[in-house]
Order: sequence, then structure tokens, then C-alpha cells
Amino acid sequence: MAQITIKGVKKNYAKTAVIHGVDVNIEAGEFVVILGPSGCGKSTLLRMIAGLEDITEGEISISGKVVNKLEPRERGCAMVFQNYALYPHMTVRKNIGYALKVAKVPKPERDERVMKVAESVSLVPFLDRRPGELSGGQRQRVAMARAMVREPKVFLFDEPFSNLDAKLRVAMRSEVRRLHRDLGVTSVFVTHDQTEAMTLADKLIIMNAGRVEQIGKPTEVYNNPASRFVADFIGSPAMNLFEGEFDAEGQFMHGTGGRFRVEQLNGVRAPGSKVVLGVRPESIRRTGADTHGAFPAIVDYVEELGASRLIHADANGSRIIALDTDSAELLSGTPVHLALADNSLHLFSIEDGRRITH
Amino acid sequence: MERRAYYRNGWLPWLLIGPQLILVLVFFYWPTTQALYWAFTLEQPWGGGNTWVGLDNFLAIFRDREYWTTVVRSAFYAIVTTGLSMTVALTLAAFVDRSLKGTRFFQSVYVWPYAIAAPAAGVAFRFIFAPESGLIGSINAIWPGIWNPAINGFHALAMVIVCHAWLGIGYNFIFFLAALQMIPRSITEAGAMDGARPFQRLIDLQLPLIAPTAFFLLIMNLISSFTDSFGLIDVMTEGGPIGQTEVMVYKIYFDGFKGLDYSGAAAQSIVLMLLVIGLTFVQFKWVERRVHYN
Repeated sequence: MAQITIKGVKKNYAKTAVIHGVDVNIEAGEFVVILGPSGCGKSTLLRMIAGLEDITEGEISISGKVVNKLEPRERGCAMVFQNYALYPHMTVRKNIGYALKVAKVPKPERDERVMKVAESVSLVPFLDRRPGELSGGQRQRVAMARAMVREPKVFLFDEPFSNLDAKLRVAMRSEVRRLHRDLGVTSVFVTHDQTEAMTLADKLIIMNAGRVEQIGKPTEVYNNPASRFVADFIGSPAMNLFEGEFDAEGQFMHGTGGRFRVEQLNGVRAPGSKVVLGVRPESIRRTGADTHGAFPAIVDYVEELGASRLIHADANGSRIIALDTDSAELLSGTPVHLALADNSLHLFSIEDGRRITH
Repeated sequence: MERRAYYRNGWLPWLLIGPQLILVLVFFYWPTTQALYWAFTLEQPWGGGNTWVGLDNFLAIFRDREYWTTVVRSAFYAIVTTGLSMTVALTLAAFVDRSLKGTRFFQSVYVWPYAIAAPAAGVAFRFIFAPESGLIGSINAIWPGIWNPAINGFHALAMVIVCHAWLGIGYNFIFFLAALQMIPRSITEAGAMDGARPFQRLIDLQLPLIAPTAFFLLIMNLISSFTDSFGLIDVMTEGGPIGQTEVMVYKIYFDGFKGLDYSGAAAQSIVLMLLVIGLTFVQFKWVERRVHYN
């Protein structure tokens, strides 16, 4: 088990900066997920830990040892690649055992370890096949076995499930979770899939445009997004974000003269300054007209989810998505009344998008 | 799906393929039939008519010990030239593929030798390997006689082989580089993560994956070494000293045009032709059975 420290790490390609200074601490045995949209630098960061990319500036240390100048083989990391990167000309057995062969592990021990790992990911019947003769899920498991057989200090996953179908993805997710529980190896997992990230992570690192937006437990990040970007990125459907300002009575003015009662936020912000108000769809409920804090809206359309549904509505020119569990039929154009749950409002600065604490 | 063009009049398609057909017939099939004619006949001493002699010409060259020496020499020449040229080309391609500093520059520079005509390169290498001047001159000044292709047959053969290999490097390099770049980067990266050093990755991962290209180059190089060496040898050594750089093509020329033994030379060229056909056949067989990884 190894601790990973990333200090002030930057990455430039020629003159283009892709990572602008990242500081992260990964505890020994932790499962960390780096989440971000494509092109945010998350894979590059992972590859810098692996040793496949040079570090332009800053320092990465594994188990307290700076690894900037070390070759991948000297860092003790194993990696699972997005496209599996299996050796097409070798059998599954040889694919898994290659690292041991390179490390000059004697043949009997090599065979034994390959067999043990193959058993743990149920690959034994396929040991003498070539990767070309395997299904996507099986190839994925070969890639994992290949990483496991070396008994590395750190597991690195570079979007390993993005080529699998949805069902297999869920299955592999629990497989990875189980392996981590059994082996307890420090793991860094890169993905752009937020469900994957939320379900796997002990610690979540949200990246955007080469910067870390927030680090924290999945629930922390969900409940207290540190920025407008995180608020928008985490959660499906995305958080409602309203640009507006407070009036003299502390009500939030948005759209074309719409007003929300937001007692929770009273005194946080002086009237007249523009801010962004964030409310998750599940914190907006449908109510009667006379309920305290209710505001009128016109239903645009309804997305049926089975157990619940999403109401897409218009409230004075602001688009709203609300999660509704009531099964009464709503037609497009129906006027409804909605209200915000008081204790789950988020406020962000309109200039830099950072969270305004309250 | 079948794609065919139909012509209403019969002579137009022939007119269209005519130029190519004439080229092929005049420059390939006519000489070949001539060679076959010569190979199976013998001209009368003072000219004026050929006598059919069957396989006598072939039996004559196969009984000639000197001919077999030439065949062995040609094989040695072909194998060493091919090995040298391909090894150097693969090494260069592997470095360029790793995109070390200056890759773009070398990528274009390595190809240039291929554009140089063999006789021109031969003249240049004669100067480079001249025993009395340049680098070799100063080495010879210290240890007289350590290098002299003019009197040492082995030196002469080495000189021609080096030059021939050098000429082929550019061609081999391009093919090797293209094949190496077809391999997904992540496979070599996975190798690096598995702890393999660059050389080991080349042997274990990259070479097996470019095997079809390597095999193609092997055959092409062997064929070229058997057939394209005439220009070099004629310029550099003229087969000398005392016939020690005489390979099959050069012997054909020498026996035919200097020795005026048309029939013997024609029989030899038929043998060489069969050799090349054989190699090509092996190549096609391989292409058919080529393993595809996906």
C-alpha cells in the first residue's frame, strides 16, 4: 500500500498548458476517482503518476519517494488502459504473465500466480485463447488480471469501462469495488461517468480545464459543491442554476420578474448583487398555490422515469427541472405551483463560480 | 459486388490497354522468350543458325564448379546484405518511432539514400573505401595492408555489401516505421507498465506485431540482393579481384557479353529467374496465410 502525493504539478505540451498546478494527497489504500469532462487533464494526470508522461513542473511522490525521474517500471504502479491494450499475439496466459516474465520470475511460480489471478477474475477457461477470441468483458478482465498479477503498490485505471455496454459496466464496477476491498491497494480511477465515480470513490477529485475544482467524499461533493461547475457536473439530472439577485425583502429575483422565497439565505447577500442560486431537482416539490413559498410555473414537458418523473417547466422565463413522485397526469401547458426545499439551496459567485458559504 | 465496364466496339479496350501491353511484351516477355530460346539452343561457331541442344546448357553450368561458387557467393551476398540493411533500418525506425528529439528531421533524411542511383553510390563508396585516402588511408598508414579491396577479395565483397545495404536502408526504414506506427501506442505503454525496457518491448511486442511487414521486406531485400547488384559491382570492382565479387547477375553479364557465351549466360539467367519466381511464390503464400490480430 502506498500513499501518493501530488504537489504543484503542471503539464505543458509545447507551449500549451494542459494542467495548471494540481495538489492532491491520496492516502494509502484509498480508492480515488478523478472525474471531469473530456479534455480536463484527468488522464494526463494519471499518466504522469504512471510515468508515461513527463512532469513539466511540480512533484509526484509514491510512498514518500519522489518519482518524477523514475521509469514506469520503477514506480510500482499497474495500469488498466481504456482500450485494454492487450498483447494481441499472446495468449491470455502470456498476457497476464508477461510482467512476471520480464521480472524473471521462475516459470513454476509464474504459472501459479497467473492461475491464482485468473481464478479470482474467472478467466481460467480462457487462458489459452488470444485476446481476439474474447468478448469485451473478458478482455477487460484480462487487463485487470494483468495489472493484479504483479501485486503492485498502486492501481491506475484509465477509463477502463468506457468500451463496455451499460450492463457490463455495472457488473465490472462491483467487481472493481470487490477487488479493492479484498486487496486494499491504493487505486486511482479516471472516468467521465459521474455515476461510476459516485459509486466507486472513497474520495472524489473533480477536475475541469486542467484545474482541481473540488476534492471530497462523493456525498460531500454532491451536497456541498464547491463551485458552479461541480454543481452542474455532479448529479443527474443536473442542478437547476438561476442567475439573479436579492431584493430588499431578501427574496431572490430571477428570469423576467420571478421571485423565490429563500429564508434560509437571509442576510447572506446584500440586495442588488448578482449571484447564482442552485437547487437540485429533488429539492423542488409540487405544492398547492397557498403553500408558503409557492411560485407558479407552466409545465413544458414531463420525462417519465417509472418510479418518478421529471417536470420540465418555465417559471417567469427561468427553466426549471423538478423531480415529482406524484403520479397525476400533467399535460404540456398546465399551470402548477412549485416550492423550493429550504435547506438545500446553494449559492455561487457569478464572477468566478465559487461557492458562497452560508 | 461485380464491377465491369462494357464497350460497344471491340477495338477500343484493346487500344486503351495497348500501350501498357506493348511495354510489357517488348521489355519483359520478348527478352524472356529470347533468353529461353538461347538457353535451349547453341549457336554455330561462325553464326548463322542455332541448334537445339535441350538441357545441355543447363547441365554444363551445373557441372561447372565455378558456377556453384558464384551461387554460394550470391547467397552469402544476399543474406548478409539483407540482414545488415534490415537490422540498421529497424534500429533507426525504432528510434524514430519512440519520437526522440529530432525525429522529424531524421524521418526525412534516412530516406534519401533510396533515391540515389546504384552506380552513383558505388562511385562514392569506392572513394570512401579507397585504401589510399581518407579515413581508411590513415588506418592503412598505421597498419599497412589492413584494408585493400583491390587485392583482397573479402574486403571487396564487404565493400559492395555495405554499399548495397546502405542503399536499401531508406526503403526498409519507411516500411518498418509505418508498421511500427500502426501498433497502438497503448500496447508499448502497457509493456512499459509491465516493466519491459525499450529493447525488450521491441523484441517481445513490436517485432511479432510487425512480422508480416518484416517478412515482406525480407523477400524484397533478398530479391533485390540477387538481381540489383550488377550496377554496384560493375562500378566498384568489376567482379574482381580475380572474380571474388562475381555474383550470379554479374557472371551472366560477364559470360554473355565478355565471354560471348550467349547460351550459357541465357541458361544462367533462367536459373536466376526461377530463383526470383520461387521467392515471390513464398511471399504470396505467406500473404495468403498471414495472421491477422484484432
